[in-house]
Amino acid sequence: MIALFLAVLRREALLAWRSRADTLVALTFFVIVATLFPFGVGTDERLLRTIAPGILWVTALLAVLLTLPRLFEHDWRDGTLEQLLLSAEPAPVWLGAKLLAHWVTTAVPLAVLAPLLALLYDVEPVVYGWLPVTLLLGTPMLTLIGAVGAALTLGLRASGLLLALLVLPLFVPVLIFGVDAVTSARDGAPFAAQLALLAGGSLAATALAPWGCAAALRLAVE
Amino acid sequence: MSRIDAWRAAAETKMRSPKSWWRFAAPKEFFWLTGKLVPWFGWAAVLLAVVGLYAAFFVAPSDFRQGEVYRVIYIHVPAAWMSMIIYLAMAFWGIVGLTLNTRVSFILAHALAPTGALWCFVALWTGALWGKPTWGTYWAWDARMTSQLLLMFLYLGYIALVRSIEDPRRADRAGAILAIVGSINVPIIYFSVQWWNTLHQGASVSLTKAPSMATVMLVTMLIMTFAAWSYSIAVALARARSMVLLREAHTDWAQKAAAAMVAKREAEKE
Amino acid sequence: MEWGSWSAFWAMGGKAPFVWGSYFVTFALIAFEVFQLRRLARHAAARVAHAAEWETLDEPVQPTETTR
Repeated sequence: MIALFLAVLRREALLAWRSRADTLVALTFFVIVATLFPFGVGTDERLLRTIAPGILWVTALLAVLLTLPRLFEHDWRDGTLEQLLLSAEPAPVWLGAKLLAHWVTTAVPLAVLAPLLALLYDVEPVVYGWLPVTLLLGTPMLTLIGAVGAALTLGLRASGLLLALLVLPLFVPVLIFGVDAVTSARDGAPFAAQLALLAGGSLAATALAPWGCAAALRLAVE
Repeated sequence: MSRIDAWRAAAETKMRSPKSWWRFAAPKEFFWLTGKLVPWFGWAAVLLAVVGLYAAFFVAPSDFRQGEVYRVIYIHVPAAWMSMIIYLAMAFWGIVGLTLNTRVSFILAHALAPTGALWCFVALWTGALWGKPTWGTYWAWDARMTSQLLLMFLYLGYIALVRSIEDPRRADRAGAILAIVGSINVPIIYFSVQWWNTLHQGASVSLTKAPSMATVMLVTMLIMTFAAWSYSIAVALARARSMVLLREAHTDWAQKAAAAMVAKREAEKE
Repeated sequence: MEWGSWSAFWAMGGKAPFVWGSYFVTFALIAFEVFQLRRLARHAAARVAHAAEWETLDEPVQPTETTR
């Protein structure tokens, strides 16, 4: 099992490195959209400082959404997915490796970039620290729920838009608690509960999502 | 794994037995059953609705604070409840379909979705029309209405997904997975939106909290809810009936039944 | 519940558009759904009955009024 896990992990990392342009596109999207908002809402510093956590969280969430189709698309086209599904090991083994690799190559860079973007909004010092933390805690759940959605819509027409429709309502709780953690930290209110809920949600998703994801992938491949 | 297989084998035996309730898992039996049930639930809905509407307008008194406009509640609350119950029913039939491998279960789930979406829309619409005269705004981001809006998206997502998959087997199971995932998330969504709402509204009034109910009001609301429930069952079974007929178009019984329906219609025309 | 007069009933304490807007839209949607289902049933019956005709390949298929 561990051998398969590591093999898939290595393969995904290699593939991600070879197509690192995809990751850069997602990061660029993150930057551009975060820059859009002041054009829309004006440059009043107090306003920007207030809305920064929400905007940066929403934008990161959308960037994650953008990269989800990539999870299974290539492997489905070239038959690798079918091979993996035929493997004797339980699906969560190689799925876990795929999702971990995806999260590390997609969401973690977003979390690292977020404080830099927060500069554009001149946020309070405490936000620079907590924003990436909440993103790191919450993006696993986004990736996992998103993976189920990507598996369900694999190969369909207009799959990207359909994926967004399916998955964005399910993202709302993560968004709520992620932003609330940051704004509570900023306002000096307790925020441990929000962080715990984010972490708990990601853990629960890690346990449950692979089931739905594997089932949906089998449907797509048959 | 073998215990599930044994149970499934037992279920399949029951489905073939002519005396068991399980036989209605077969499309042909199910088609016959819906033909019998739809009129009953339909007329029950009409009767309950007539009684409920009479109670809503001629028995229930005016509200102390809101006057007459509170009567919207007799549609709004049943609609909201139905939208949630129906989504759970969809997930239930999805689970049944995945476990027992019965087409009819999946068809029931598909048949429920448009009706659930309709109630969801009605809840949002009537909520807006209730909110404007009472609290001054068509939409305020309160917990219940926001959750209702997200539920609407879940319905639309289910319908869109099932529609866009051509292979019926994949569509059935994908829809079931989505409904299951969605219904697990509904309480999570509701809880998180409640949390979010208390942050941003502070101590302001919960916009959809019913005025403390007189018994008459409560009973009227229950009658209207049962009317909506009966209607939903009738409509879902009617839709499922047509869906089963279309899916089984290649079978003998379906073609005969369809021919009979067409002949009956021709006869009624004259 | 005593309304006093029909006009008082229709007026709904001055909030008529909100009350009647709610009820009438709801019933309009319900009527639409029922109408849609009737149409679906007719379409299903016509389509499936026609499917039977296609299966008897010996006889030529005559278009009938029930086909679209």
